[in-house]
Amino acid sequence: MKVGLFIPCYIDAIYPEVGIATLELLEKLGVEVEVPHRQTCCGQPMTNEGDFESARCTEELFVENFKDYEYIVGPAGSCVKQVRVHYDKLEQTPDVRHVRERTYELVEFLHDIIKVKEFPGIEFPYKVALHNSCSSIRGLGIAKPSERPGEPFNKSADLLKMVKGVELVELSRPDECCGFGGTFCVTDEAVSTKMGRDKVSDYVSSGAECVVSPDMSCLMHQQGVARKMGITTLPFVHIAQVLNGGPFKNGKL
Amino acid sequence: MKKEKVVDVVSNSARFIAQDDIHEKMHDKNLWNARVKRDRIAASIPEWEQLRELGSAIKEHTLNHLDQYLEQFAANAEKRGAIVHWARTAQEHNEIVYSILESHKVSSIIKSKSMLQDECGMVPFLEQHGIEVTESDLGERIQQLSNEPPAHIVMPAIQKTTEDIARLFAEKIGTDPGNNDPTSLTEAMRNNARPRFMKAGAGMTGANFAIAETGTFVVCTNEGNADIGASVPPLHIASIGIEKVIPKVRDLSIFIRLLSRSALGTPATQYTSHFTGPRNGGELHIILTDNGRSERLAMKDFWRSLKCIRCGACMNTCPVYRRSGGLAYQSTYSGPIGIILSPTFDLKKYSELPFHSTLCGSCSQVCPMKIDLSDQIYKWREEVVKAGYMPKMRRLAFKAAGEIFAHPGQFHLAENLGAKLLPIIPDFLVYSKLNPWTGGNDREMIRLAKPTFREWYLKNRKEQNNG
Repeated sequence: MKVGLFIPCYIDAIYPEVGIATLELLEKLGVEVEVPHRQTCCGQPMTNEGDFESARCTEELFVENFKDYEYIVGPAGSCVKQVRVHYDKLEQTPDVRHVRERTYELVEFLHDIIKVKEFPGIEFPYKVALHNSCSSIRGLGIAKPSERPGEPFNKSADLLKMVKGVELVELSRPDECCGFGGTFCVTDEAVSTKMGRDKVSDYVSSGAECVVSPDMSCLMHQQGVARKMGITTLPFVHIAQVLNGGPFKNGKL
Repeated sequence: MKKEKVVDVVSNSARFIAQDDIHEKMHDKNLWNARVKRDRIAASIPEWEQLRELGSAIKEHTLNHLDQYLEQFAANAEKRGAIVHWARTAQEHNEIVYSILESHKVSSIIKSKSMLQDECGMVPFLEQHGIEVTESDLGERIQQLSNEPPAHIVMPAIQKTTEDIARLFAEKIGTDPGNNDPTSLTEAMRNNARPRFMKAGAGMTGANFAIAETGTFVVCTNEGNADIGASVPPLHIASIGIEKVIPKVRDLSIFIRLLSRSALGTPATQYTSHFTGPRNGGELHIILTDNGRSERLAMKDFWRSLKCIRCGACMNTCPVYRRSGGLAYQSTYSGPIGIILSPTFDLKKYSELPFHSTLCGSCSQVCPMKIDLSDQIYKWREEVVKAGYMPKMRRLAFKAAGEIFAHPGQFHLAENLGAKLLPIIPDFLVYSKLNPWTGGNDREMIRLAKPTFREWYLKNRKEQNNG
């Protein structure tokens, strides 16, 4: 199985440790991983603003970079959703269709494709608040949205429970949007940061010692808000870092 | 219609949050509780998702045969003695109402809640023509006394605290300014409204559903105010949007089961009243109103918005609406449904609304009619861009971002320049020179990493490189 690792632009530029954790984790699980060098972005910042024409070349570049892989795996729900759901304006060539069908978010890939059962030797002895992004839940279906009746499921939680020491805390609004929303976080700052503060307050009252998410973009926003609220000791880490046992920024959690 | 300037929903929302520590917090909490009650009651019905499927399918079928069902409804209503009018526009609707009132020499009316009448701007129109209009729904009356439009489809005054209402009533209907007790304030308004019902020359209602098979229309309220309004005065005028029609009586149960559960998490509204023809000695007028609906029906991406039964579930669940307050949208319809309906009335004026969303998708999940609200919000963004209504700076920023991301060399250069020159995310992620990421001082700066993942990979995995 040859996997093309999709490292979203902000992970490349801001959170390289998340890219490293994802790469190491997949390799540890016996997956053959390649990192196409010419990758940049999935096009989401532009289409999110309703501007497909500005995104077209970026999307075509993405397809060109990844068309030869059996699977494409990215540690970011909203970017994967962009490829799978929103590449509908490109001409639907066999390459485009292949890339759309074969692009997986990391949790989905681990849970549904390689069906991981354990993470041997990994420990994470913390009370964890899990944040699945809206794109991951309502766009990709990695957990049951709270709005829908029926049997609950949560693929990220399933994976975290395989890690020794993880204790998941209960949140009062587990899948309420945190207010990141892509470009929304800069164009609608007051509402975005208010939503972020409410999210962080929910973590604090839950007794969480750490916030874990498959989407670093939400965490980038949440952490920025938390620090301004004076909450300096709550770490925000990507699920790949937990499942791989690091690395963490500055070498520690 | 006069074109107005672009609604600045972002600043309006920022003001709603900044006004104090009470309003936004209470607003968010109360609406969230409605959402939680809705979840609970939906989960208690095993066939909930099937009901949504059915409701949606019936609506789509009806909308695809709207001409036939409307004519059937009108013919059956006339058979039962109602007088049916057809209004193409808001103006026509209002003129029909006024002409009926004028011919009956009515100078004072009592009305129940009707989003359509709000949409048509009926109350100010009638007031200009010397008609005294009293809202009989408590929340609508509160908004009327405040000179404000409804802030929510089913809870029009939800953005107000009890203290706000106590102050308003003290000023407008003479209650004791120290009295903040909701029960006694409601009682005071009830007593104030009673003589207005008695002296009204006409009662006006909207309608939740119009049944083609029988010519019946159905009005759902929790206060029974529509029933008194329709029963005391000799003249009843009902404004009905043409999308309200459903084929058969038996279809109604699906919608009734969904409506109040979605809206408030209650099994049904307190009153579900069926009106079939005028009552003995009375006169019933029905105004079937289009006001842009036919045009909407022809919009490939947006016609499904006509399935809406006005329950407000999308507003209750919307995390952005809950922090913004309904008045921020400066439109008859606010929240997610307002974002997708308002641009059909005036794209430029409401061009900022589609961006006032995180696209979290919760609205699409709660909608009892399975309207693809979140997808439509996304698609309206494209329409705004196509129409050229994006602010220029924003448009150019994203065009530039598209250029950079399309060229790996430029992207890596931008990352490097960003890391060296700016300790914040570079301009391609944050378009404004003022950097709104930290503009309001509510978010810490982001630092670019050195090395980037790509640089780390080239250095550490060079031997396995695939080039």
